[in-house]
Amino acid sequence: MAEKPGPRSSGGRWADARYMLHLFRQNPIVLAGGVISVGSVLIALLSPLIVSSSYWNQIFPSSSLCWNNPIIDWHIANAFNCGGSVYPLGTDLYGRGLLQMIVVAIPVDLLIAFEVVASALIIGTVFGGVAAYLGGVVDEIILRVTDIFLAVPGILLAIVLLVVLGRTIPVLTAAVLITWWPFYVRLARAQVLSEKEKLYVERLRSSGAGGTRILFRHIIPNTIYPLLIQGTLDIGSVILTVSALMFIGLTPDPKYPELGNLAKQGIQYIFTAPWLIIFPGVTLLIISVGFNLLGDGIRDVFDPRLRR
Amino acid sequence: MKARQSEAEAVLEISDLKVTFHTYAGDVKALNGVDLSVRKGEVLGLVGESGCGKSVTSLAVAGLLPPNAELVGGKILLGGADLLHISKEDLRKKRLTELAMVFQDPMTYLNPVLTVGSQIMEIITQEPRVFLPALVGNRIAEIDATGKNDGELAEEKQKLLEISKAGRAGRRDVERLARAYVVSVLRSVRLPLPEKILQMFPFELSGGMRQRVMIAMALVRKPRVLLADEMTTALDVTVQAQILQLLRELRNEIDASIVLITHDLAVVAEVCDRVAVMYAGNIVEVADVEELFVNPLHPYTRGLLGSIPRVDSASPQQTSIGGSVPNLIFPPPGCRFNPRCPKAFERCPLTKPNLIETKPGHFVACFLYGE
Amino acid sequence: MNSSYLMETKNLTKWFPQRGGLLNRAQTYLKAVDGVTVGVGKGETLGLVGESGCGKTTLGRTVMRLTEATGGGVSFEGTDISKLNRRELKPFRRKMQMVFQDPYASLDPRQNVLSALTEPMRIHHVVGSGREAKEFSRELLEKVGLSPDHLSRFPHEFSGGQRQRIAVAIALAAKPSFIVLDEPTSSLDVSVQAQVLRLLQSLKVELGLTYLFISHNLAVVRQMCDRTAVMYLGRIVEYAPTRQIFENPKHPYTVALLSSVPIPDPRKRSELAVLKGDVPSAVNIPSGCRFRTRCRYATERCALAPPPLVEVEEGHWVECLYDIDFIQGSKVELRI
Repeated sequence: MAEKPGPRSSGGRWADARYMLHLFRQNPIVLAGGVISVGSVLIALLSPLIVSSSYWNQIFPSSSLCWNNPIIDWHIANAFNCGGSVYPLGTDLYGRGLLQMIVVAIPVDLLIAFEVVASALIIGTVFGGVAAYLGGVVDEIILRVTDIFLAVPGILLAIVLLVVLGRTIPVLTAAVLITWWPFYVRLARAQVLSEKEKLYVERLRSSGAGGTRILFRHIIPNTIYPLLIQGTLDIGSVILTVSALMFIGLTPDPKYPELGNLAKQGIQYIFTAPWLIIFPGVTLLIISVGFNLLGDGIRDVFDPRLRR
Repeated sequence: MKARQSEAEAVLEISDLKVTFHTYAGDVKALNGVDLSVRKGEVLGLVGESGCGKSVTSLAVAGLLPPNAELVGGKILLGGADLLHISKEDLRKKRLTELAMVFQDPMTYLNPVLTVGSQIMEIITQEPRVFLPALVGNRIAEIDATGKNDGELAEEKQKLLEISKAGRAGRRDVERLARAYVVSVLRSVRLPLPEKILQMFPFELSGGMRQRVMIAMALVRKPRVLLADEMTTALDVTVQAQILQLLRELRNEIDASIVLITHDLAVVAEVCDRVAVMYAGNIVEVADVEELFVNPLHPYTRGLLGSIPRVDSASPQQTSIGGSVPNLIFPPPGCRFNPRCPKAFERCPLTKPNLIETKPGHFVACFLYGE
Repeated sequence: MNSSYLMETKNLTKWFPQRGGLLNRAQTYLKAVDGVTVGVGKGETLGLVGESGCGKTTLGRTVMRLTEATGGGVSFEGTDISKLNRRELKPFRRKMQMVFQDPYASLDPRQNVLSALTEPMRIHHVVGSGREAKEFSRELLEKVGLSPDHLSRFPHEFSGGQRQRIAVAIALAAKPSFIVLDEPTSSLDVSVQAQVLRLLQSLKVELGLTYLFISHNLAVVRQMCDRTAVMYLGRIVEYAPTRQIFENPKHPYTVALLSSVPIPDPRKRSELAVLKGDVPSAVNIPSGCRFRTRCRYATERCALAPPPLVEVEEGHWVECLYDIDFIQGSKVELRI
């Protein structure tokens, strides 16, 4: 009989979130991570307002002013004007302001990352959960398929797919997704396996609840937290992967506003125009570290409690 | 079997102990001024339901409270020294030789990857000097018990006397003596084949045997006070009977005082000399065991006794206590039992009642019996 | 077998294979339930007592078909339910419900009380509309002594005793006729225990329920049950009307069990009869009578063959070769 009153044990839909907020206040690393990740999402959401529509128009093919210009002066002296704007971080190879390009590229990256992670989460949860709950042959099949995908080196598979199926954003998203979902299947399976032994599951069965109901309405909502944590951590990693793929040249368009793509422009000009590679690179670093810290922090907060 | 009357000298005295836990949900005022004294040689039962603070009390005495616990006030006197205000080093020494604890679930308190023998020996070999008199004394007693006085044994006895005078011994001697001593302690808790037990791992032993090992680990130190926290709660009833019987036999052989912490009043009735009843962080009644069961004074004690189902009678329980244990983050004012008390009156929510001695040896904290 | 039983088992066994060896094949079996034949009459409370490892919880789960029996059968209202598939079993699932020991773990922490209560109603189509379901939920809460404004709360906001009441209410939501109570009060404080037991008793009378009451606490069983069965290592070694078990036990294990229970009266201190040794594992069951390794009256005959079930008096059955006088210590061989 537990006697010592300790922190309130988990219960209710928002108890975990409230406890998390409480601990955020006490943990500076998590706070930093939270600020960075939330900040980057904010930038992403507000970017149409920050930069002029001429930059924003780059994602959507249409003719525009400055970037049609031939390669010109790219010193940070920012005396150069193009249609009345100023370039605090210099310009890229196509004469576009680097700061503005970065601000436009952040939502692109984040969007791809969110898509990949969300899809991997859903696929992983469903397959992993079903595998764990049903066990037997179904479990074996799903596990083996997962193993096959895990055995193939991720980036290689992505490169092959992009080369074969064309270098478009949807293919890029799909390629990264394919290398990512097996981890979620494993994780979800482990979670469901341990959760399904719990007493309330047995009670539900004795009440007459069927497998589907138990799995999707009870078990999965209770086991979602570690998956979400992993997802948060992975956003940073996915962004890095996508940027890396773009960096080595698998872009739909050399002018595509994406952080890795921007960095790629600076490879040849490292010594003459280092900002081309530094600023996008640093942005990538900050964003992925931010999400990593956030995910790590949340995990630290939750792990001992999840084990209960 | 009558309860034994013990001498009035107190080996452990807790006065006005107040402990608060700082949790994110608020401050839990777990102990609200606990007064308890343990006499030399007695078996004192500390009873209460979950959340009453009995475990917290024993953890406070042993110095094992978690980091979010704050000792707001009070004193714990063990052999004259206040455990709350001595140095860490002194506390450690006290815990080693004067205070021992036995916990509820031996499986989680024994290291599963070490043999039982190495775990018990570790206690001794960590501070051999402290245990040397006991080791030597034990071996000498063994030699004397054989009755023989020939060459080898006499030589050994001589050597032992020298060691005891010098106050220290070589490592190999210490190990040999320690092993003999541990075996004798294991035998005293009625474990069969103690030499074999030394080599076994905890998972190879049954629940009852593991609990005996825990008791042995406590007795090895020859403590003044043994705190047994829900020692038999996790055991089957037949195994519990064995352990309780062991306790009855041991108390005549050792001179430690035992504090038996439990929620089970029947266990208390079977082995204890005196009983202290706790509720929501306070001691509400203390009396000799027979007196408590025959003449309970505090309304909570009465309710508790009335609600125990009996195996020796078919009649259903008469009473039960309405309501539930209070939330100690916002405890009720005054007497903490007053919201559930059938006899509460205007005085009760005003201040906390102190323990008063209504009869020699019978203390109650209730305004029904005076201020 | 008496067909007036609401629920009965016939030679029910549940063996758990202990896998091992190179090919991970079953080497030995953990015989949790090893041939149990017992019945519960309509409207009665049958108590199932024993220590840990005796199989009483497994028996309860097997009867509820939460785990599949390895042998023997279970019937409910005269129908053999042990071989039915999920669809055929569903109507029976409604009539048989279970309350578990741990009130903290048996409720989904993310489900509020209303949702937990209406779920069985929806599964079994007990009520028509959502409004009826809510109304019935309110009624149920009142029946178990809780207030209807608890509907929107979550399990962690309640104490152990309250959670157990909610568990009882959930069991009642399907309008069952038979409830298996697996140590329903063992995790609760003594004062709360009394409240919950009284509630269970009054509900039984009010709703005409039948209970299978599993417990290791003999005192509680004595209070609650009409008949009691004592289990040891997977078999029922004695069963009789409760009064008989406590006043005139006939099996040495029952006697040992009764005398091991501490009595809350210091004036009645006596030697706590010590049963030597520990409960043997259900993987290595002793030959012949399984209790003989700890029985002080055992003879060589006891090892030869399992003792038969003998009716020593009306309704009082014992599995023992001997009729033992526990006071004098003498024994007489039972005539079969």
